Amino acid sequence: MVASLSPHPKGEGKGSRGIISALSRRLSPTGNTGDAIFRTALFSVALLVVLIVAGMIVALASHSTQSIRQFGFSFLTGREWDPIKGQFGALAFVYGTIVSSLIALLISVPLSLGIAIFLVEQAPRYLARPITFLVELLAAIPSVVYGLWGIFVLAPFLRVHVEPHLARWFGWVPLFQGPITGIGLLTGGVILAIMVTPIISAVVRDVLAAVPNTQREAALALGATKWETTFVVLVNGAPGITGAVILGLGRAIGETMAVTMVIGNRPQISASLFQPSYTLASVIANEFTEATADIYLSSLIELGLILFLVTFVVNAIARLMVWRVTRRTAGAM
Amino acid sequence: MTSLTALCTLVAVGILVLILSYIAMRGVSALNFRFLIDTPRPIGEGGGIGNAIVGSGMLLLLSCAVGIPVGIACGIYLSEFGGGWFVSAVRFLIDRLTGIPSIVTGVFVYAVIVLRMKHFSAFAGGIALALIMIPIVARTTEEMIKLVPHSLREGALALGAPQWRVTIGVVLPAAASGIATGAMLAIARVSGETAPLLFTAFGSRFFPRNLNEPIASLTVQIYNYAISPYDEWHAQAWAATLVLMALILSINILVRFLTRQKFR
Amino acid sequence: MSSSTSFATPKFEVKSHALLRSTATKIAVENLDFFYGKTQALRDISIEIPERQVMAFIGPSGCGKTTFLRTLNRMNDVIPGTRVEGNVTIDGADIYATGADVVELRRKVGMVFQKSNPFPKSIFDNVAYGLKINRVTSSRSELEGRVEEALKDAALWSEVKDRLKTSALGLSGGQQQRLCIARALAIRPEVILMDEPASALDPIATSKIEELIFDLKKQYTIVIVTHNMQQAARVSDLTAFFLLGKLIEVNSTEKMFTAPNQKLTEDYITGRFG
Repeated sequence: MVASLSPHPKGEGKGSRGIISALSRRLSPTGNTGDAIFRTALFSVALLVVLIVAGMIVALASHSTQSIRQFGFSFLTGREWDPIKGQFGALAFVYGTIVSSLIALLISVPLSLGIAIFLVEQAPRYLARPITFLVELLAAIPSVVYGLWGIFVLAPFLRVHVEPHLARWFGWVPLFQGPITGIGLLTGGVILAIMVTPIISAVVRDVLAAVPNTQREAALALGATKWETTFVVLVNGAPGITGAVILGLGRAIGETMAVTMVIGNRPQISASLFQPSYTLASVIANEFTEATADIYLSSLIELGLILFLVTFVVNAIARLMVWRVTRRTAGAM
Repeated sequence: MTSLTALCTLVAVGILVLILSYIAMRGVSALNFRFLIDTPRPIGEGGGIGNAIVGSGMLLLLSCAVGIPVGIACGIYLSEFGGGWFVSAVRFLIDRLTGIPSIVTGVFVYAVIVLRMKHFSAFAGGIALALIMIPIVARTTEEMIKLVPHSLREGALALGAPQWRVTIGVVLPAAASGIATGAMLAIARVSGETAPLLFTAFGSRFFPRNLNEPIASLTVQIYNYAISPYDEWHAQAWAATLVLMALILSINILVRFLTRQKFR
Repeated sequence: MSSSTSFATPKFEVKSHALLRSTATKIAVENLDFFYGKTQALRDISIEIPERQVMAFIGPSGCGKTTFLRTLNRMNDVIPGTRVEGNVTIDGADIYATGADVVELRRKVGMVFQKSNPFPKSIFDNVAYGLKINRVTSSRSELEGRVEEALKDAALWSEVKDRLKTSALGLSGGQQQRLCIARALAIRPEVILMDEPASALDPIATSKIEELIFDLKKQYTIVIVTHNMQQAARVSDLTAFFLLGKLIEVNSTEKMFTAPNQKLTEDYITGRFG
């Protein structure tokens, strides 16, 4: 007599019956009716979540077919966004999204690395714990609050104390030319930098903490200084740190309210960081309720579809990279 | 060189302190009891955020009513039903759901609910917020259930308890406090959301009467006042922000306090 | 099933009488193989466990004694990737037959684990748990009666009767383990499996558990895994010796520790390995 003890009885679920077999396989090895109901109920809820994600793609895609049909690939390369003429090209938003996100990373990556190194490698425990909490609190502040603060505190500060100096010293670079208003790409980038710093630093912290202590001891034993040792740790965690940066990028790309409130919302491509710009997310936030024509709404939803796909891929890559570093210690412990 | 990293940390903490103190300063000067219970009024007549507070509360209740049970059920499914490709796929998609920009969630809910019902509603806003809560609650539930010692499960199974009674009667209560903190963090997170409400719950100048019509919320109100050209509304935006931040910070600090006690 | 759990008979009993008292077979195992994935953990085990006696499983760690114990109430089912071949019958019924009710089996075959695992509930609720899920009792007073009875049988009543509503986690290690025994007794199983029940306990708590086992065998068939040979000698009527997944010898405890049939058993008992 052969009896299978496994929750996955032999010969079942190995075939190609897909979800149905996954369901029946989970239907209670005990044969208990309550278990079967319980499992089916939980399975249905999980299936619902899967359907929601699938439904997102389907809904976004189907509602943007009109603009996809009409503009095709030129939707991404067109520079003109004119609802009155019915002409929709998203290049200016793509530009604004990419540049503001890059500015954000340029500022927040070194800052986050510094914070993470300080908290993991240098700070004493009694200091590290409360500071970690404070840095994480930055992530708890809502986007709209950052926007409010950005309009009334950060933008005037940059206009008066930062941008004039940038123009004076680096004015020969096109990036820092033109009228100074305080509202524009630079301010948007700075606000984003503040918002993604707690996210990047938290992941880098996890990555550094996951680097085995033997690596540090090995470096120290070879006569490395504290900083050379930290460098070894950073090299060890490099893929995870890259993942953290990409994760921050994904967050910056999709961030909406704060950027919308300080970036100026003008669909233009300008070399100057002082000039107003527009991002994918901001256009949706600003114009969605105004879109009366079908093609206008369809174009806006296509922007949403682009955002969805880009952040989906970016986040998946980032998570994979972080996971490959942190799982090492998780497995060793 | 240590001073450099310490400086980075100081910058981050400094910005936090700056933001919070500025909110406190500007917010307190515009805050009074009447402001907390009144509805918005035209410029020069004062007005308040009473309807926005009630609206936010109702949106949160709605989103909790949907998001917390679904999230917990997903978390149980992920942790109790072992490996297999389907469980991994669910976990992957739930993780991706976390990273989707909240504005996109708003667009989705607009497309499937608002377009169909042909009007904005509290209901649509609550669903949008619930979609943001689900992955947070699901992953904390999964992690917390994994912390429950296996011996407890075996103890109950050995007494002849079927799996579902073990999970509901023994495992869930043992993980309850952790799941509760996860749910609280999810509430803190969605109470600050604005983008998914813009074209689902939309906004309103009146106290809500039912869930099938547009509803006001603190965050949308803050946004509308912030981008307005009037100083009086700017002041009200700061006061409303103070109320919102008080809620969010107290949840975060409470969670911090609870988890400290548990894990020390 | 035993109808009464209150002990009228005297506490002391001459050990050799135990063998005479009953000879009916409670559990019969034939040609049992067990696998964790591709690793075979048990090889061709055949054994008969008589009713209302204490059988001890001994052997070096990793010999499969715990794994074997757990096949008797299908506790290994909860470990993914395990597989069993062969035959296990309790009272003549095949417990691995298709359609066999695992839940019913576990109600009949109670288990006490190596590390005490009280639920994070009150003392009362811990003992009442099995009664509640199995809907054994029909009234509150009956439930309270059964809980009291189980706690008395587990020799814990006098220590906890004034604090039944307090958390079980506040008890000492030995008390927690006796609580787990009471929890198992409350649903009146026919067989009790014990997986090194005293390994984490101090000598005083251990001796209490051992006295308890001695009492319990009047009504229950007890199988106990132990790494402590003195303990096996003290509490059991029969002893089975396992080595590398094989059952080497089964014998009366007395014989096992004085004149075993197998050379391997003798080597182990005299401490030449393990």
